Parts: sequence; structure tokens; C-alpha cells
Amino acid sequence: MKKYVIIGNGAAAVGCIEGIRSVDPDGEITVLSKENHHVYSRPLISYYLEGKTDTERMKYRADDFYDKMNCAVKYGVSASCISPDEKTVTADGKENFGYDALCCCTGSRPFVPPFEGLDTVTKKFTFMTLDDALELEKTLKKDDRVLIVGAGLIGLKCAEGIYGRVGQITVCDLADRVLSSILDCDCAAVVQKKLEEKGLRFLLSDSAVKFDKNVAYMKSGAEVNFDALILALGVRANTELIKQAGGEVNRGIIIDTKMQTSLPGVYAAGDCAEGYDQSIGANRVLAIMPNAYMQGFTAGVNMAGGDAVFDNAVPMNSIGFFGFHIMTAGAYGGEMSEEKGDGTLKRFYTKDGYLTGFILLGQTERAGIYTSLIRERIPLDTLDFESLKKFAAYSIFSPEIRRKKLGGVV
Amino acid sequence: MKRVYVNEEWCLGCHLCEYNCAFANSGLKYMYDLKGARIFPRIHVEGDDKITFAVSCRHCTDPICVKSCIAGAISEKDGVVRIDRNKCVGCLTCVLVCPYGALAPGEDGIMQKCELCVSNKDGYPACVSGCPNKAIVFEERGADI
Repeated sequence: MKKYVIIGNGAAAVGCIEGIRSVDPDGEITVLSKENHHVYSRPLISYYLEGKTDTERMKYRADDFYDKMNCAVKYGVSASCISPDEKTVTADGKENFGYDALCCCTGSRPFVPPFEGLDTVTKKFTFMTLDDALELEKTLKKDDRVLIVGAGLIGLKCAEGIYGRVGQITVCDLADRVLSSILDCDCAAVVQKKLEEKGLRFLLSDSAVKFDKNVAYMKSGAEVNFDALILALGVRANTELIKQAGGEVNRGIIIDTKMQTSLPGVYAAGDCAEGYDQSIGANRVLAIMPNAYMQGFTAGVNMAGGDAVFDNAVPMNSIGFFGFHIMTAGAYGGEMSEEKGDGTLKRFYTKDGYLTGFILLGQTERAGIYTSLIRERIPLDTLDFESLKKFAAYSIFSPEIRRKKLGGVV
Repeated sequence: MKRVYVNEEWCLGCHLCEYNCAFANSGLKYMYDLKGARIFPRIHVEGDDKITFAVSCRHCTDPICVKSCIAGAISEKDGVVRIDRNKCVGCLTCVLVCPYGALAPGEDGIMQKCELCVSNKDGYPACVSGCPNKAIVFEERGADI
């Protein structure tokens, strides 16, 4: 009977478990979970603070998931070392777990630069785990002035989450726009305006350089008074275990399209890994949840002796603020064309006759049809792209494609 | 397994399937209660002046919506892809990944999708039984992978 060890207990780990079980119903699976929680969805922590979900419903899989999958979970256990020659994982420096195949699903951690005076701030938080959200829920008061450092996905989702719980929210970022990792300047301006209409204050092209108790001193010379500080400057992949074991590591753990690391029998998946990104034709960390699951599943299948590849990952994000939805996918090089509507904006990027990326603001219906054009590399000259830009629909495809896609088992 | 398919050469574009779907999933006693109401069906007729057809969930053998749902709200059982609306937070990630555009929010902003009427009072796809031209069929086509 094969022995599997999974380090981590997030979406990639669940994918890995389900991937293993799709091939091997019997092997022994051990999951090492640093957090003392049944697997939950981390991106839901902002919805939790908003009151749109609770700790029960946030569970990524049902309570009986591990039983049904016949795997053992060790809660509150941290892997401290991988010995690839002995094929063992050491946890908390003492207990050893032997494996035939190992998957590293260690995720990422918030990046906190060594700000001067940060230790003088008493109410400071990062925003990544359920415990972070529970701590914020406990601490925040309705008149609090909150400073969020970082106007990216995490910072802004946090802002939305705490919006109804605090008095004032200021968001600063060194970038010149909000959501700079997924939006261009024009699109970011639209989103920023929406958020400002809700009362959020922005300090862009500016960031805190120094803190003194309840004051942030900004690069611009401005001073911001706050009651609570939230640090959302991005994340760093947890690659140390693989690096120490001699595996190849860049910004993330380097994996091939089978999710295998450079160490034999060792796989990696999720936010800790640097896998193939079809949109740039190279490896990079794609720290998004669907990607984590799919990488994990692929790893699991291969760990159990199956044969799976995941080679069409593209960056994609669906994110909304106060009911205004934003979707992005792919890369934004090449030629841009746009469709403007009443309060909506769609930008499409094409190159060599293929759709390579898009940004949709406010009009997101059936956007998966656009995503499929990128992922499946469907040539645009086989369909009515001009109509498609206005409305995502199947009628723009040729009857042959339609018959194939809608007329059989897919 | 049996799935819903639409023969576009027979589709009249009458949109009755949308009403039958909305009614079957509404819990309402009479169809006329839908009169004047905005409906949120799980099947959508599309097309132009030449061709019309209805699109609903394909119940893919390797459903990307299940793998992508950040809340773990979408699952597959016995080939039927279903959504736990109690867990869904309306992030729309499934909309971003479904190649068929088959998921859309309901009236409450929470996602809904075709579940082949397995758990409503009909127990058989209402779009199929109500199609006046038999353009929508519920049948087995090809082997499941």
C-alpha cells in the first residue's frame, strides 16, 4: 500500500487528496495541517467579516470529508524538514512520517517589510487566515479609523469586509493605482471611483515609511492617524522546506506540468508553487484558488501512479466590491479593443489572431466563454468576435463548433 | 448518463423552456404567478434571426466549475453538477470559468444552475417536458469518460 504525505491543508491539499483517490482508493494519506481548523476557504474571510458567511459554511469540504477520503489529518502540526533520501517528513522537529509520494501544499504568508516603528503599533493585523479575521472581528470598533497598507486584492477585499464595522478606511499603496496586479490605469480609476463613492480614502503612489503608535508617516510627508493598521503588501510563497531539502526554488517551488518538483517523488501545488502559466509561456506563481485546486488534483493523480498534466493555467480573477463585479484573465499584451456601456467597461487583448486577455468591469455575464477562448486557444477568425465583444454568447461560434460543444458529452 | 440537449434545427426560440425552468424551481403552485415577474431561469435561449437554441449546464465529465469554486459550494454527484446555495457567496468565479456561460446569479445574487430537476417537484427536466417542438431532449449521447 502506497504512503502519501501532504504538507498543508488548503485547497491544493484537498485537490491532492481527491486526485489521489481518483486513482488509488486504498493508499494511506496523511495530511499535516498547521492550522487547527477543518479545511476552510481563505478567500471567504472577507465575506465572513461582511456577514455573508460563517465558519460552518466557510468549510471548503463537508465535515466528513477526511473520513470519506480515508485520510488522517494531524492538526496543529508543522513540517520542519523533508529528507528526500530517507523519504521522510519530520514534523515539529520530532515525529517522522515516511512517504512514497509527498505533496508540498504549504501556501504563502503575508509579506511584512521591516517598517521602522512597527513594533510600537499595538493593533496591527495581516489578512490571510481565518484567525486573522476572527481577531479583527474581536478587535475592531465601530468608530475605528483603519489604515490599510496595500491596495491589492487582499487589501481591498479586507476593506470591503470591515466596511460595516469601522468608522473610516484609508488605503495606501506605492503603486499609482488600485489592484495594480490585475488592472490597467483606466480600469483601476473606474474601480477606485466606485470605492471612493462608498467613502474609502486612497493615498496612492504613496506608502507608509514609519510608524509611531497610532500615526503613520508617509513617503509624501503626510501623516495618517489610525486606530488599527492592516498590512496587505502581498504574499511570499512558503518554499523553505523544499529549498532546504535541495529542491529547485525560485519565487515559488519550481514544478513541471505534472506538478513534480526537482526532487524525486516530491510534488508541489498551490500558492507555494511556481507552475506553467500558458498566458506568458513560462513558470510563475499563480496564487489563485482554482489554480491551487487544479494543481493539487494533478499532483495527486500523478502521485498515485496516474498520468495527468495541467498545462493551460492562466491568471484569472473574479472579484467584486459592494456589488460591482470585476473579472480579469490572461495577459494584457498585444492589441487592445474596448466596449463601453452604461457604467461598464470591457477591454480585450488579442495577439496573432487569438484572445490573450481581458478586463471586464460591471458586465461579466457568461465571461467563461471569453476565458475558454484564451485557455483553448480558439482562433478568432473562426467566430464572430465583434459580436462576442458586445455579449458573450454561443451563437457567435460556427455551427460545427456549437454542435461539438453543445451536442455531445463534454 | 442522460443529459439535456437542444436540437437547434427544431428550436422555435419561444423561450417557454425558460418559463418552465423558472416555474419548476420556484416552488410556486401556479404558473400564472410568474406573470409580470422577472424570472431567473437556469436555461437561456440565445441566437439571432436565423438560428435559436437554448443553453444550460452541460454537466461536464470534468467540471471546471467544481474545481474552481472558492467556497467549495459546487460539487458533482452521480454525474450531476449541483450547487449548495447556502455556501455560495456570489463571487462569480464559476461564471469566469464555465466555457458554456451556464451559471448565472438568481434573484438574491447567489448562483444557480441547471441540476436536471433532480431535486424539485418535477424530478424530470421541465425544459424538456414542456418544449412544444421537442427540440430539447433528455437522452444519453456518447460514453461518459
